[in-house]
Amino acid sequence: MGARKDFKWGDAADEDDGLEDVLPPTQVIGPDEKGIKIVIEWRKNDDGVKIKVTKTVRVKKQVKKLSPAVLRRRQLKKFGDAVGQNSSDNLTVVSTEEIFLERARPAGQTGSSKQDDKGSDLATLGNASLIVCRTCGKKGDHWTSKCPFKELAASKGFALGEKPPMDDETPGLPLPGAGSGTANKGSYIPPSMRGGSKADGGETMRRGRDDNSIRVTNLSEDTREQDLQELFRPFGPISRIYVAFDRETGLSRGFAFINFVNREDAVRAINKLDGYGYDNLILRVEWATPRADRS
Amino acid sequence: MRPILLKGHERPLTFLKYNRDGDLLFSCAKDHDPTVWYAHNGERLGTYRGHNGAVWCCDVSRDSTRLITGSADQSAKLWDVETGAQLYSFNFESPARAVDLSVGDKYAVISTDPFMGQTSAIHVKRIDKDRSKQGSDSLLVITGPQGRINRVVWGPLNKTIISAGEDSVVRIWDAESGKLLKESDPETGHQKAVTSLVKSADGSHFITGSQDKTAKLWDTRTLTLLKTYVTERPVNAAAISPLLDHVVIGGGQEASQVTMSDRRAGKFEAKFFHKIYEEEIGGVKGHFGPINALAFNPDGRSFSSGGEDGYVRLHHFDADYFHIKI
Repeated sequence: MGARKDFKWGDAADEDDGLEDVLPPTQVIGPDEKGIKIVIEWRKNDDGVKIKVTKTVRVKKQVKKLSPAVLRRRQLKKFGDAVGQNSSDNLTVVSTEEIFLERARPAGQTGSSKQDDKGSDLATLGNASLIVCRTCGKKGDHWTSKCPFKELAASKGFALGEKPPMDDETPGLPLPGAGSGTANKGSYIPPSMRGGSKADGGETMRRGRDDNSIRVTNLSEDTREQDLQELFRPFGPISRIYVAFDRETGLSRGFAFINFVNREDAVRAINKLDGYGYDNLILRVEWATPRADRS
Repeated sequence: MRPILLKGHERPLTFLKYNRDGDLLFSCAKDHDPTVWYAHNGERLGTYRGHNGAVWCCDVSRDSTRLITGSADQSAKLWDVETGAQLYSFNFESPARAVDLSVGDKYAVISTDPFMGQTSAIHVKRIDKDRSKQGSDSLLVITGPQGRINRVVWGPLNKTIISAGEDSVVRIWDAESGKLLKESDPETGHQKAVTSLVKSADGSHFITGSQDKTAKLWDTRTLTLLKTYVTERPVNAAAISPLLDHVVIGGGQEASQVTMSDRRAGKFEAKFFHKIYEEEIGGVKGHFGPINALAFNPDGRSFSSGGEDGYVRLHHFDADYFHIKI
C-alpha cells in the first residue's frame, strides 16, 4: 500500500494501458476422468489488487432414463389452443415462492410417546448415576429441568436431596394439604401460589429462566419453535425457546420467549430483530419483563 | 420446492390425471377445454376443443393414445391424445360426470347425472380399436344410486365397477350383470357426499374423499374400511402415493365462503397423511381457493393439485421429502 500513497493520476493512465493491469483470461482445466474440473479466474478486489480465484468443481453426469414413447411425445407438435403462440410461456410460471411441505409437528419431535422413550433411555445409559435431579434428588431418572416435582417441590416442603413422593403419584393433582390450610378444600391452587413456593428450589429455577430472556411479540400464527430457532440461533447459543400456544385452539398466541446463554447475544438479537419483518409482520423484540415485576 | 404454476384454465379445475408413463398431465376444468401438459416442465402441449360445457372427469388409455372426457354438455368424448382430434362422442340425455377406462382399454364406464326426470346411471361402453366401428350402444346400464355418481372406476380384472357419489355410499357392482355386490356400511362409511375416489397404483385398495371432512381407505375386493383420515375441511380430492406410504388430501371451504374469511382460515393446503398410521405429516400451501383435484405422478416424485382458483400447481418433491420420518 506504500506505493499507492504517492500515486499520481498521471501515472494511472500509463498503468491502465500497462499489461499488468489486464486480467488474464479465465482458464478451465479438465474435466478429467474423475469429473474434476478446475476453473481459474482473475478479478480485482475493491483495492484494485488482482486476485486469483481457483475453483475445483466435480462434474457429475446424471443419467435419466426415458422410455422411447416419452421421448417421442416430447417432440409432438402443439395442438388446440397451444398452437402458434408463445402464450404457453406465460401460462407456465415457476413459483417465485419456495413452498415447503410444512410439517404438522416439527421434524424429529414425534409426540409425547417418543419423549417418554427418551426418558427411559436415560436410565438405561451407563452413566445414569451422573444424572441427579437437584429438585427431588432422584438419581438417574431425569434432569433437574425435567423434574416432575419441580413445581411441587417447594409446596411439599421437601428440601434438596429429599426423597420424592411415590413414583406413581400424579404430579398434576392438587395435593391435600398443599395449600397449607390457607385455601378452601377442593379449590385449585396453582403451584406457584401454594405455601412456600417462594422458597429456594422453585425460585432459583425461575431466576435461571429469566436470565437473558427476551420476548418476541407480533409473531404470525404459523411460527413454530423451529422457525425461531432458525431466526435467533445466528446470534448465539439459546438455552430455551417458548412459543405460547392457545390451549384450546392450539394456535400460536403470537408471542414467544427466548433465552440466550450470553447476555451480549441477546442484546445483539434485540438490536437486530426489533422491527424486523418476519412472515408479513413486524416483529417486536424486547427484554422480557421479569416475572416478579409483572405480578 | 418451487411449484410450477399452470394457468391454462379460466375456471375452477375439476380433475387431474397423469398418463401411465407420467410424462403427460391432463387437466379438466369448468371451462370447456381439457388440456394436456408436459409433466416435467409444465409446458402446454395442447387443448382438446369440442366440449360445450364444464368437463368433469377424464381418463387416458394405458398406451397414452386415447383420452376420454366426460362433460356437462351431455357427452363423453374420445380424443386422440397426440393431435387433439375428436374421435367419437357418446351422447347422453344428461351430463356425464365420471369416466374410467377399463384395464386393456376395451371398455369405458361413464356415469351420468340425474337431470330433467332422468335418474343417475352408470353406462358401460365398448371402445373399439377401429374408429370406424365405434358404436354408441351401452353394454350395460346400472341405475339405483340416488343423486350424482361422482366417481366410477373399474375393479380388478374389469370384473367389478366401483361407484360413489352424493348418497355417500360406496358400491361395488358386477361388471357383467350389473348386480349390486357390496355396499359400504352406512355407520362406518361416509356421512356426506363422496367427492373423489382414486385407486392405488396396484388397484388393491382405493381412497375416497367426502364432504364429511374425512377420507377413507378401502379394500377393493372386500370393501372393508381400512383407514380413516380426519381433516377439518370438506375433502374434494385425495390421492395415494405410489412410492411412499403417503396419501394426500385436498379440500377447503365452500367456494361461496372463500371471500368471507381469512386466507389462512380456508385451509387450502394439500395435506399429507401417513397411509398406515393415519397421522398427519404436513401440508403444502399455495392455492387461493379450495383444492378440487389432486394427482400423483406414477413415479411418486411429483404431484399436482388443481384449485378453485383455476391454477394447476405442479410440485416436484425436494430430496428431503423422501426421507421424512414420522
